[in-house]
Amino acid sequence: MTSTERTDVLVIGSGFGGAIAAYHLAAGGAKVVVLERGPWLTGEDFDQDFKLGSSYTRAFDFVVGEGMSILGGNCVGGGSVVYFAAMPRAPRFVFERHGSIGRRMWPAAVNRDTLDPWYDRVAESIPIHQNTWNDVSYAGGLWAAACNHAGRTANPVPAAIDPTQCVNCNWMMAGCRFDAKKSLLFTYLPAALAHGAQIRPLHEVQHITRTDDGAYQVHYQIVDDEDYRITTGSGTIEAKIIVLAAGAGATPVILQRSEPHLGTMPNAVGRYFSGNGERLNTAIINEDRVREVLGLERENGLAYEANQIGKGPVVANWDRLDGSLPEFERFSLEQLYFPPGLGTILAQVPGAEGISWFGVDKKEILKRWRSWLIIFQMIEDNNEGVFGPPPARGNADRLSQQMLGVGRLRYDPTPQTLRAWALADAECKDILERDGLAEVAAWTNDVVGAYTVHPLSSCRIGDDPATSALDDRHELRGHPGIFVTDGSAVPGALTVNPAMTISALAERAIPGIVAAAQERGIDVTYGAPAPNGGVAARRAAAPLVPELMRR
Amino acid sequence: MPSPAPEGRQATTMTLEAFADTIVPGEKRSPDDRAIAGATTGGGAVQAGALELLEWDATGLSEALDDLASALDVHAGALAAEHGLTLDEDVPPFVALPFEHRTELVQRLTLPGNPEKPLWVSLALFCNMAFDSAAHMHTADAIAQGHPGLLALGIEKPGPDGLWRFDHYSYGRPLARLHPDTTPSGSPA
Repeated sequence: MTSTERTDVLVIGSGFGGAIAAYHLAAGGAKVVVLERGPWLTGEDFDQDFKLGSSYTRAFDFVVGEGMSILGGNCVGGGSVVYFAAMPRAPRFVFERHGSIGRRMWPAAVNRDTLDPWYDRVAESIPIHQNTWNDVSYAGGLWAAACNHAGRTANPVPAAIDPTQCVNCNWMMAGCRFDAKKSLLFTYLPAALAHGAQIRPLHEVQHITRTDDGAYQVHYQIVDDEDYRITTGSGTIEAKIIVLAAGAGATPVILQRSEPHLGTMPNAVGRYFSGNGERLNTAIINEDRVREVLGLERENGLAYEANQIGKGPVVANWDRLDGSLPEFERFSLEQLYFPPGLGTILAQVPGAEGISWFGVDKKEILKRWRSWLIIFQMIEDNNEGVFGPPPARGNADRLSQQMLGVGRLRYDPTPQTLRAWALADAECKDILERDGLAEVAAWTNDVVGAYTVHPLSSCRIGDDPATSALDDRHELRGHPGIFVTDGSAVPGALTVNPAMTISALAERAIPGIVAAAQERGIDVTYGAPAPNGGVAARRAAAPLVPELMRR
Repeated sequence: MPSPAPEGRQATTMTLEAFADTIVPGEKRSPDDRAIAGATTGGGAVQAGALELLEWDATGLSEALDDLASALDVHAGALAAEHGLTLDEDVPPFVALPFEHRTELVQRLTLPGNPEKPLWVSLALFCNMAFDSAAHMHTADAIAQGHPGLLALGIEKPGPDGLWRFDHYSYGRPLARLHPDTTPSGSPA
């Protein structure tokens, strides 16, 4: 009989929530094991290739749900490897949102002021560059100029990209070949490894059980390196503390599958899912009007025709991030790049009557792909997502060898969400169709539902046990020693890209996790510097730590 | 004497080609091409390699193709009956449908609420991917070989080492006023 492997802290998932926890707990002296469902890819593993089986399909997952589909990371480093690296902080009003629960959604302890020191810790740990106008791609510049022409403002967005290494190839969704994107592979994860943490790729956690002495056992399957539909083994690891950070599309599924073993889960596990209010619009640009009206011209005499060039989103319009506006009327509009593969099928033909996501007219707009400008809306949705009973393994029934699966999320948007999308659609049109600059159409929600690249809130923090699965220190209600630190902990849509906020919340959760670990006899302390040794932000956040460690 | 209606693999291929051609239409490969309706000029999903992609087991659809084609032909027969159309029996029913009715059927099958929707959306997704990203080929090879979809989109060629880099990427000047409530680190206040 073999004995079960034991560790102090078991981290499920190696994205922002998992990597930050793994680093701090390992640096504090705990024995840490990280189980990651996806492969471990670096540098030259990142292909510039759309062929199935390249890093483009190995490193992320597209899970189709009913009314909402999720694009998420599936590799060591999680979302940080495949994301577009935009790292804005959430606007102040977001923390005061009520949604539809009749009270503030966020815990009383968290607002922009109390989170700013934790944002600062992230900013000290991940190199975030404030894009200048010289860094802004043609697509971002065009969006800025169109906003300006319509009397709006536009901001270059802060991003975790080193502009001196970036070649503006726009392949960053398949992982950055040139090491310009400063993913977790360059920050928290190597620091965690240096402190003895172990990271095990292709380990897909299925469920959690409890031991007689109050520890937990995590049960995983080993996934084939090429065909993720196949598993090649299984195992169990015992730990005193569990940090669950499998992403908002997977964390609640693991907890649902664990419920028969662990006992009743809080009501909010697998409920209140938010797609961060995301929706895409395609503008087909009139090149002549861009030159005539906006005075834009490239080095080669073209006005634009530069959809392929750049580094994801670099310019956002934040005029509607106005806290004096009512909830569900505030949103941002960010220029974005979406590669072919999954980035054209949902686009509709501007001005078309009826269904236009395929067919003759659709092909005509595909032929103008170089003149596409994609605008990404992030509205305040109404946390409508609910997860049905979990599939046999993982968080989806996998259809293809990689990337494509069918999950259990159901998302039926309420009138507030639909109206917010309509307001954002109208704003896009008002800006981009002005003086014939472009023709705009939203992506259809009728094919794979709404589409989010930033799943949130499926296991959220809060003060109200009925509507939040976690307390304000991220511990799962009724299940001491299990903490959730990924996007599922965020209470609701943020109206901006969420990576910075997910990370700040994870940083803020660490003192509480350390205190729980100490209580369970683990020899661990809180207080590691930033992964690069920086201590200024740690010093600034220090006064907040004792309260967060009080049990 | 008319040639007998195609059966088995040949019928499946024709039906799936006709489906792919409905998603991204192309021009006929020859005057007697039946699967491709010829609704537009230039290569469509079929010329882009839709069948090659669908038949690759990596998609997860390869085992189901015969059943999908048969089901599509049954739906086509029903649609023809509904419209009072008499279908040419030399080709599978979906292939025999005029392009407008192929389109109508695919629209119906992919509508929200249709219980078979996930199947047909998956099929459409890979047909579109064959065209917009040549997902059955290395992208650089596909461009070098003149892949009709990547050429239609106007995707730039990679450099000599097979990698994309863009030396020119920015208008390089301020193009808008910044939002007044922006923090020094560039975030919304």
